[in-house]
Amino acid sequence: MDPIAFLVDPMSYGFMQRGLIAALIVGVVCAVMGTFVVLKGLAFIGDAVSHAAFPGLVIAYIIGAPLYIGGAVAAVATALAIGLVTRRSRLRFDTSVGVLFAGTFAFGVMLFSTIEGYVADLLGYLLGNVLGIGVGDLIQVAILGAVVLAIVLAIRKELLFATFDPLGAAASGLPVARLEYLLLALLGVTIVVSIQAVGIIMVVAMLVTPAATAQLLVIRFGRMMAVGVALAAVSAVLGLYLSFYLNLASGASIVLVETVLFVIALVVGPKTGLLSRAARRAPLAPS
Amino acid sequence: MNLRDFMVDRTASAPADGHATESLVRTTDGPSVALHGVTAGYGRRTALTDVDLTVEQGSLLAVIGPNGAGKSTLLKLIAGLIRPLSGQITVLGGPPGSAARSIAYLPQAEAVDWEFPVTVREVVTMGRYARLGFGRQPGPTDRERVLAALETVGMADAVDRQIGALSGGQRRRVFLARAIAADPELYLLDEPVTGVDARTQEDLMDVLEAEARAGKTVVATTHDLICAAQRFHQAALLNGRLIAQGSAELVLDEKLLSETYGGHVLVLPGGGERMVLDDAHHHDEAPGERHYHDESR
Repeated sequence: MDPIAFLVDPMSYGFMQRGLIAALIVGVVCAVMGTFVVLKGLAFIGDAVSHAAFPGLVIAYIIGAPLYIGGAVAAVATALAIGLVTRRSRLRFDTSVGVLFAGTFAFGVMLFSTIEGYVADLLGYLLGNVLGIGVGDLIQVAILGAVVLAIVLAIRKELLFATFDPLGAAASGLPVARLEYLLLALLGVTIVVSIQAVGIIMVVAMLVTPAATAQLLVIRFGRMMAVGVALAAVSAVLGLYLSFYLNLASGASIVLVETVLFVIALVVGPKTGLLSRAARRAPLAPS
Repeated sequence: MNLRDFMVDRTASAPADGHATESLVRTTDGPSVALHGVTAGYGRRTALTDVDLTVEQGSLLAVIGPNGAGKSTLLKLIAGLIRPLSGQITVLGGPPGSAARSIAYLPQAEAVDWEFPVTVREVVTMGRYARLGFGRQPGPTDRERVLAALETVGMADAVDRQIGALSGGQRRRVFLARAIAADPELYLLDEPVTGVDARTQEDLMDVLEAEARAGKTVVATTHDLICAAQRFHQAALLNGRLIAQGSAELVLDEKLLSETYGGHVLVLPGGGERMVLDDAHHHDEAPGERHYHDESR
């Protein structure tokens, strides 16, 4: 097959064009936020917030409101609630997250079961389908993604300081607590934006995997973010082509490409790569 | 003789009209730090009770005490990171936190994630962030300050290394460089010389001594009584409450240390110069060493 046609043909379909743009936006925004998620250890929070968006989506569906708004309200509220509970309660943080996580999702499932008939729209949100995204949704994704990126890039040095050394940052006068809440709110928005693409269950992979891969490869914060973004973009494109030609689920394809890249970095990466470690050990071996 | 008579209590005369200034040179008179009747804690646990402490500008003060004595709590109170349950605190002429830009706080080494992807340069540049303000990126002046600070601590060759790739002593040097780059009036250093090699300890103390001579105030917690006795001008003994404060020579007294450490102080007879150790293994002492127990208990 002609390689150019191989690349160009899928793009003759409107759904592939929209899907690719959406997947790129989601991948890039998730990778940028994911840098903080990985460095602050917020992966579990990300998973919890994405599940917590479900009741918001169901309620929005029932009352006929835009689904994005419902999901965003639920996700941001949960993210902030987790921040509050973690700061104020004496429970371990993963315990309080676990409680909120399961509780909110159960609430969503319960509401879902009260809806009569088969609701394909809502089920789609569980696993995601970026190829089914409409023009209106794509515009929403683009605007929300741009807002998140603009805010994070504008205050990236403050977020870096507060993430790396919260005490030192607070002592120098940075509003560390407010920055943390802002980061959680942005995380909530990011997750809702991403749910249509990869679904509630796999959003956490979009957040964590590219940034984690990047951390294996570079030693600078700015580069970790840049490499994470590049990995996410490559994964979005590759994943969608795989999905198109092999007729696979689009969200799962993107996540699997990201996972494969992670495994490659884990094995051959310069910093923590298993191969480079073995190579460093080899000269010391007695035989 | 009660050595506490040497304690200077000027807390009551702390100026009420002090104010934080934006300029690099502090213009207010009076002590850099004044605590009056301060009680603080976490949840239901009280870490510090009724502490009165005055730190004059240009002091080099060692805060000494056993684990859990409230040393870190004291620094966090002064830094404005936690609030006291009762009592008043004045820092650089205002309430804690009001002069944050003029304060450099060095966290304990254990509080830092050393796998974090930041280079030495990035860490030291963080010292400039508060002065830069939101959204503004570091400029040429900041880069100069960062390099100058790294020169001061002898780490200029390591600018592009990841902090996790450094030794414990080098990491402390880098964090002190970050504090210097902030150009503070007040250094609050949590265990700056703990777990570092002797050379690094001497170098870091030389830097701090120079800063104090230049009119900066340095408050540092330490476990190292020898370092406190030899390199600090003043010492404050802490064990939930303030046991004593004054010149390091006078305060690092056998009886007061015993009171601070609950009787676990080993006094080694050294050639003319008396050495005092925070002794964690006092039952293993060699013959000839004297083990001090506080009879008042």
